[in-house]
Amino acid sequence: MRATTPMIEVRGLGKMFTLHNQGGMRLPVLEAVDFDAAAGDCLVLAGPSGTGKSTLLRCLYGNYLATEGSIRVRAEDGWVELVGAPEQRILALRRDVIGYVSQFLRVIPRVAALDVVAEPLRAAGVPADEARARAAALLRRLNVPERLWGLAPATFSGGEQQRVNIARGFIARHPILLLDEPTASLDADNRQVVIDLILEARAQGRCLLGIFHDAEVRDAVATQTLELRPAVTATAMEA
Amino acid sequence: MNPQANPLLSVRGMTRTWDGVHGCRDVSFDLYPGEVLCVVGESGSGKSTLLSAVSHQTRPQAGSVWYDTRDQGFTDLAALPAARLRLLARTDWGFVRQNARDGLRMQVSAGANIAERLMAVGERQYGELRRVAGNWLHKMEIDVGRLDDAPVSFSGGMQQRLQIARNLVTHPRLVFMDEPTASLDVSVQARLLDLLRQLVTDLGLAAIVVTHDLAVARLLAHRTLVMRGGEVVESGLTDQILDDPQHPYTQLLVSSILQS
Repeated sequence: MRATTPMIEVRGLGKMFTLHNQGGMRLPVLEAVDFDAAAGDCLVLAGPSGTGKSTLLRCLYGNYLATEGSIRVRAEDGWVELVGAPEQRILALRRDVIGYVSQFLRVIPRVAALDVVAEPLRAAGVPADEARARAAALLRRLNVPERLWGLAPATFSGGEQQRVNIARGFIARHPILLLDEPTASLDADNRQVVIDLILEARAQGRCLLGIFHDAEVRDAVATQTLELRPAVTATAMEA
Repeated sequence: MNPQANPLLSVRGMTRTWDGVHGCRDVSFDLYPGEVLCVVGESGSGKSTLLSAVSHQTRPQAGSVWYDTRDQGFTDLAALPAARLRLLARTDWGFVRQNARDGLRMQVSAGANIAERLMAVGERQYGELRRVAGNWLHKMEIDVGRLDDAPVSFSGGMQQRLQIARNLVTHPRLVFMDEPTASLDVSVQARLLDLLRQLVTDLGLAAIVVTHDLAVARLLAHRTLVMRGGEVVESGLTDQILDDPQHPYTQLLVSSILQS
């Protein structure tokens, strides 16, 4: 069954890093990337390391600025162009439309795991009690021991931090969800929980884009694959 | 933050220099309700001048600052009589100084420090003033038993939290902060930053925070302005500025952060 409502449309996307303090070295990472993804899709980004998979996700989140091309996403009120969008627009899209599970949890001092997970719901206006209840349910499902919920995740193991991060990414049920190696430091049981979460999100008609090094996860969740090629590596210097 | 909402504050082409060189030049930005904006840059880059000119503590020499006042709507601050501007500054705005002793009355009690702004807007009832002051101490994680102690007897971190309470008691919509954590030990900084994060979220405060510490910007700010030599050289979402800096100076700043 192929979903049909398009959610993301990327055309001619390019990303070039210019390192001003290293002689103006230019590093082309993405060149002429085109793809579409629809509701119910899980598009897997493939290609050897260094081909810009994480860079592409970051461009879609507005964390990196695209150098050229177009990134359009479907919001409640129609298509929105992300490249060059005002900052307030991108913040609103992150709250309502685009979620992101980064490779590592960025720990906030003194904030308890339960509140770290509940925060995206609070930002979307969900009352504190309901947000915390939903956060608890998700942490329980991801096998994060209840005795850890009241602690700040700074002292957690890598796998525990990553599960807190996954819960934080999935909780607000964004229509578009970007996943950067969410299963990298998980054991088999928890990997299966994440696979189930992804399949449920697909069934709910959400649109996912992910990087998965684990072939088993990839085969279980992918509806299409985008193979990224290394951008031309010629290094141009600033005039 | 609603992208359709009107800005709370609009700064256009604002210049304030001390000798034609030092200060800030041709600064423009908008601030939306509930938004935290950090201004980063090295000392002498004009950050503090920008703060005092935006808030009209010193008048800009060129350009304008518009603010969405509660009674008159969007107003050019230059057109407000001095008395109205003072009222705005002590009810709808807050000012948190780097050194708490510049923002507190050190010899009067903590409770009186908090109550002062309330009395300025007409609250006279002693029991009510004490009750509200006690609530704020509690919110700031200061033992309510210290209500009658003068801040000279407080630690640096407590003084800074008291200064924040003193400012927030009238429910301002905009708070100006100049290096709010710079004078504190690292262990105390995290606690204050966490409190500030909670307060801006819970109260829907907008804030302009001057800091030289990019970690403070990362934790607190939706957006960041980077200043150098009196000019804004780059602005954007905070995580974009820190993860994909565009300007040579921002790249230098970001690459100078010690990795922890």
